[in-house]
Amino acid sequence: MRELSLNVLDVVQNSISAGASLIAVRLRENRAQHSLSISIEDDGCGMTPEQVNAVTDPFYTTRTTRKVGLGIPLFKMAAEMTGGSFSIQSVPGEGTQICACFNSDSIDFTPVGDICGTMTMLISCNPEIDFIYEYTLDGRQFVLDTRTLRETLEGVPLNMPEVTEWIRGFLQENTEELQGDTPAAAPDSEGGAV
Amino acid sequence: MKTLAELQAIRDKARKEIEMRAETEDGIRVVVGMATCGIAAGARPVLNALVEEVSKENLSGVTITQTGCIGICQYEPVVEIFEPGKEKVTYVKMTPEKALRVVHSHLMNGEVVTEYTIGASAV
Repeated sequence: MRELSLNVLDVVQNSISAGASLIAVRLRENRAQHSLSISIEDDGCGMTPEQVNAVTDPFYTTRTTRKVGLGIPLFKMAAEMTGGSFSIQSVPGEGTQICACFNSDSIDFTPVGDICGTMTMLISCNPEIDFIYEYTLDGRQFVLDTRTLRETLEGVPLNMPEVTEWIRGFLQENTEELQGDTPAAAPDSEGGAV
Repeated sequence: MKTLAELQAIRDKARKEIEMRAETEDGIRVVVGMATCGIAAGARPVLNALVEEVSKENLSGVTITQTGCIGICQYEPVVEIFEPGKEKVTYVKMTPEKALRVVHSHLMNGEVVTEYTIGASAV
């Protein structure tokens, strides 16, 4: 995977297959500490402790098309490559929570990439599922909650093309604003060209 | 900045369109393979291109959705088109550029782009 946002897109498929009705994706970034965490939480069918132990094994999968399942192993690898960590918790019947922590100054850190594209796509392709996307950068935050959008839309589906474009724009504008003029941007450039 | 007021305006406009559309539901379904294999092969830009072009051309009868692994990972990104009363068409090794051609030729004019189909690639 060339972008962490593609890992997110991939791992969220598991939540969708688990029959989740609400999926929360949270990105927390601290630029001074070079840390990034990505958590994915769902209210799907959950997994047994045995399954939780097995999912990080590339040769474990519940699907029947073939014998490998690489989604979770690749995401875990991306985190551990940077010296970060990966955890997964699940309760059958309640849901699953996955958290990956990254050291963003590691040479092996994969860029986050187009996370707005990932979220827009997930929302527009799964209009029956609710999504929460939360991006926290250096303590400042914005949230997109499709349950709020649904209230405003009053029955108009979330996957109408104009609504999709609104969501894409909302995510991009808010991301740019957070990343824009914050004082914490300075430490990044301190080292100069290497 | 995008506001909820804008979303309300979209809603009011969309309501009328939906009412009209419900009468003539003959939808084409476009499905993109979005499992690990598809994503790694570049399915997201393909899906984005499809969504944008369908929106730009205002093709109201077309729904675009994603699915899991279709089982032919070596041919990803894979796009399947389901049309009522017609046989499924499977496009393989898709790119955003190919996707645009599929929208214009297949979705808008009903002409299958044979050279991108799995039949043409498997030979």
